[in-house]
Amino acid sequence: MTDSTASGRPGMRLGYRFNLVGMTALGVILIWAGVALFAPQIIPHPVGEIVDSDYFGPMSRDLWFGSDYLGRDIFSRILMGARYTLGISLAAVTIACFSGVALGMTAAVAGGWFDSMLSRLLDALNSIPSKLFGLVVVAAVGSSIPALIGTLSVIYTPGAYRFARALAVNVNTMDFIVVARIRGERLPYLIASEILPNILGPVLADLGLRFVFIVLLLSGLSFLGLGVQPPYADWGALVRENIAGLPFGAPAVIFPSLAIASLTISVNLLIDNLPRRIRDRSAE
Amino acid sequence: MTGNFVEIRNLRVEATTDAGRRVEIIKGVSLDIAKGEIVALIGESGSGKTTIAMTLMGYARQGCAITGGEVRVAGIDMVGLSEAERAGIRGTSVAYVPQSAAAAFNPALTIMDQVTEVARIHKLMSAAEAEAKALSLFKALSLPEPDTIGNRYPHQVSGGQLQRLAAAMALIGQPKVVIFDEPTTALDVTTQVEVLRAFKSVTAQHNIAGVYVSHDLAVVAQIADRIVVLKDGAVQETGTTDQILDDAQHPYTRQLLAAFRPKTQLRTAPDDGATTRPLLEVDNLTVGYGPRSRNGQPLINAVQAVSLKLDRGQNLGIIGESGCGKSTLARAIAGILPAHAGDIVFNGRQLGKAGRYRSRNELREIQIVFQHADTALNPAKSVEDILRRPLTFYHGMRGKTRDARVSELLNLVHLPKSVRHRLPGELSGGQKQRVNFARALAAEPTLILCDEITSALDTVVAAAVIDLLKELQRELGISYIFISHDLSVVEAICDDIIVMYRGEKVEQIKSTRLAAPQHPYTRLLFSSVPKLDPDWLDNLKQDADELRAYSR
Repeated sequence: MTDSTASGRPGMRLGYRFNLVGMTALGVILIWAGVALFAPQIIPHPVGEIVDSDYFGPMSRDLWFGSDYLGRDIFSRILMGARYTLGISLAAVTIACFSGVALGMTAAVAGGWFDSMLSRLLDALNSIPSKLFGLVVVAAVGSSIPALIGTLSVIYTPGAYRFARALAVNVNTMDFIVVARIRGERLPYLIASEILPNILGPVLADLGLRFVFIVLLLSGLSFLGLGVQPPYADWGALVRENIAGLPFGAPAVIFPSLAIASLTISVNLLIDNLPRRIRDRSAE
Repeated sequence: MTGNFVEIRNLRVEATTDAGRRVEIIKGVSLDIAKGEIVALIGESGSGKTTIAMTLMGYARQGCAITGGEVRVAGIDMVGLSEAERAGIRGTSVAYVPQSAAAAFNPALTIMDQVTEVARIHKLMSAAEAEAKALSLFKALSLPEPDTIGNRYPHQVSGGQLQRLAAAMALIGQPKVVIFDEPTTALDVTTQVEVLRAFKSVTAQHNIAGVYVSHDLAVVAQIADRIVVLKDGAVQETGTTDQILDDAQHPYTRQLLAAFRPKTQLRTAPDDGATTRPLLEVDNLTVGYGPRSRNGQPLINAVQAVSLKLDRGQNLGIIGESGCGKSTLARAIAGILPAHAGDIVFNGRQLGKAGRYRSRNELREIQIVFQHADTALNPAKSVEDILRRPLTFYHGMRGKTRDARVSELLNLVHLPKSVRHRLPGELSGGQKQRVNFARALAAEPTLILCDEITSALDTVVAAAVIDLLKELQRELGISYIFISHDLSVVEAICDDIIVMYRGEKVEQIKSTRLAAPQHPYTRLLFSSVPKLDPDWLDNLKQDADELRAYSR
C-alpha cells in the first residue's frame, strides 16, 4: 500500500501470468501452424501416391499412421490437411470476426435506424441453419477454396456481430464515450480508440471459439463431400474417406479425428487460460 | 465478563493480491464497545473501517482473511467460530445495515418478506409475530404508511425509506449490536436528516450498541458516543465525540476537521464586471427525456425554463437534491443532451443545441468533468494517452511538444510524472479525478462544467481538489459551473448559487448572503447540512409542513 507510488517507473511493462495448461495448448497450436506452413517440405510421401499394397494398413516404421482406403500415407495426408483445415478456418474466422466486430461496434455507436436495419438483417441470416446454408451455397457455386472461405465467413459473421454489439453497447454508455463525443470525435475514432480496447479480450476469446466452430463445420462439410476436393483433403475429409475403416479399427480414421480434436481442444484451452495481467505490481 | 459488550483485541486482517503477495490491511486494531454505545469508525476510503466493522460478524471479504487477534461479541470470539456457528449469530446478535439499501433488497420480493426473513431463518418467532414486530419497527423508524408499506416492492419506496427499511431488517432479530456501513452517504441531505433521526431514536429506545462507519465527521458527530479515527488500517485516535471535535490530537484528525471548516472566500470581486458581456447566458432552457409528442415536448421535462448568467472569471454553483435536474442542465449546456427550447449564448455567440451543431472551437471552450472518474476515463488507456488526445485533437500537437504539455498538465493538477504510464484502474480516486480534470484543462477551455466532481471523494481529498480548482482559476482565469448537492463545497468556490428543485430554478443567491435564503426549500436545504456540533440534530427544528412538502 505504501510502496505503490514507487513502482511507476516509466516504460515498465506489466507482468503477465500464464499457466501450464495455456502454454501447452499454445504449444500444440504453434506446432500445427508450423506443420501447415512447412507441410510440403516435411511430408515423407506425396499425398496422392499409393505407397502401400494393402488398404487400411496398420502403423509401421515407414507409414507412421498407417495407410488409407487406397493405400496412401495417412501421416502425409494429415500434414497436408493441416494447411486446408487451418488455412481455410483462419481466413474465414478472420473475415467473419473482422466484419462482425466492425459492424457491431458501428451499430452500437451509431444506433438508430442503422442499428435496427443491420441487426434485423443479420438476425435473418443467423436464422438459417449453418450446414444447410453451406450445402445450398456449395451446391450452387461448386466447391472451391474461396467459395468455402466466403460461405464460412458469411455463416459466422452474424454471431460475431451480435457478440461485439452487445459488448459495445455496454461500453458505449460510459462517460468516457460521452466525453469523446462532446470533444467532437468522429465514428472511426470512437470505435477504434475508445471502444475496441475495452472489448478486445472477450472479442479475442470469441474469435478463438468461432475458429473452433469453423474447423468443425468445415470438417462436417468435407465429411459430406462438399469441402476440399480430392486428391487433397482436409481433416474432415480424411475422416469421411476412411470411415469404412472404422470396423477394423484402422489408424486411418482415428488419427485425423485426433488431429481435429487436438486442435479444437487446444484452442479452447488456450482461450480459457489466456495470459492474465497481474494488477498488483508493487511486489516487483 | 468485563463491562464491554464488544472487545476487539489486536485484530489483523490480511489480503492476498493476484501476484500472491500478502498485504496487511488491518494492522493490530483494538477497540471496545460498551452496551448501548455507538462507536463511529471514521477514515478515508481504504483505511479499513468497513473491514473492521465486518469482523464483528466474523466476516472477511473475498481474498481477505482474519489472521490474528480476537473479536469478542458478548464474550464469544467470532474469529474462532465455524462458519455455521457464525451464521447463527449473524442477524440475531450482530446485524448489518448496508451502504446501498437499493442494492441490498431483492427487487422480486415484497419488503415485508425481506424484513421478516431474519426471523424466519433463525426461527425466532411465528410469521404473525414477525409481521407485528416489523410493523412496530416501521413506526419506530417513522416510515410513512407503516401498515401497508410492507406490501410494496423495493422500487416503490424512496431511497431514504429503503435505507430505514434496511435498518428494520437488521433490527428485527433484536440484535445487541448493529453495524451501520455508511448508511446515509448515498442520500440527499434533506433525507439524511430524517434517516439519522430514525436511527438515533431507535438505537436509544432498544439500547442497541452500534458501529457507525462513515467518512463524514459531521454525520458521525450527531449519532456517535465515541469516535475512532482510522488511517491505513491502524487506529490513529480514539475519544468521545466531544474530545475529537474540540481537542483533536492526531494530525490526520485535524486535517479531517479542517476540511469541514467553512472556507473564507479569498477571491477578489471582478473589477471590470460592468463593461464586459457575460461569458454564458442561458435563457429559458427546457430539457427533457423520452419520446417527443407532436408539439415537440418531450415526455418528461427534467429542466423547466431555467435562465442563468455567468460572467467571465466568475463561478456559478447549482445545488439541489438528486433528481432536481442539475446534471441535466449541465449536459444541455455542454450539448450532450440537446435542449428542446431556450437559448444558450456563449461569449456572445448563439450555440447549437446539440454538440454536433457546434464548431470544434466552441466544443473546446466548454468542457465538462463528470462525477465518476472511474467511468469518465477509458480504463484501457494510459493516463498519457488520455491526455494526449485532446492536445492532438484541438491543438494539433505531436511528438515532443505534446509530451511536454502532458507533463505540464500533470504538474498543474499536482500529479507525479510517474503516473503517465499507468492505467486509470491503478490510480486512487483523487488521482483519477485529477486526471479527469487535467483532460478538460488540456483543451484550454474558458468554462468548465463540474458535475459533482467531489461527491465520490473523501472529505480530505475533496478539500484538496477544491483548493486545486481555486488555484487553477487564479492562474488560468477559467470559469466554473459547479454542480453539487453539497452546499459546503459550492459555498467554498462559487460567487453565485442557484438552487434547483424539481427541474425549476427556485432561487439565486449571492454566496455573500447565504445566511438569508428566501425560499422555503432553500431554507430547508441549507438547514439540513450537518454541522460539526453533536447537538445539531437534536436542536434542529425544521418546519414539519415544509419538510413534508419537499421530501419524497
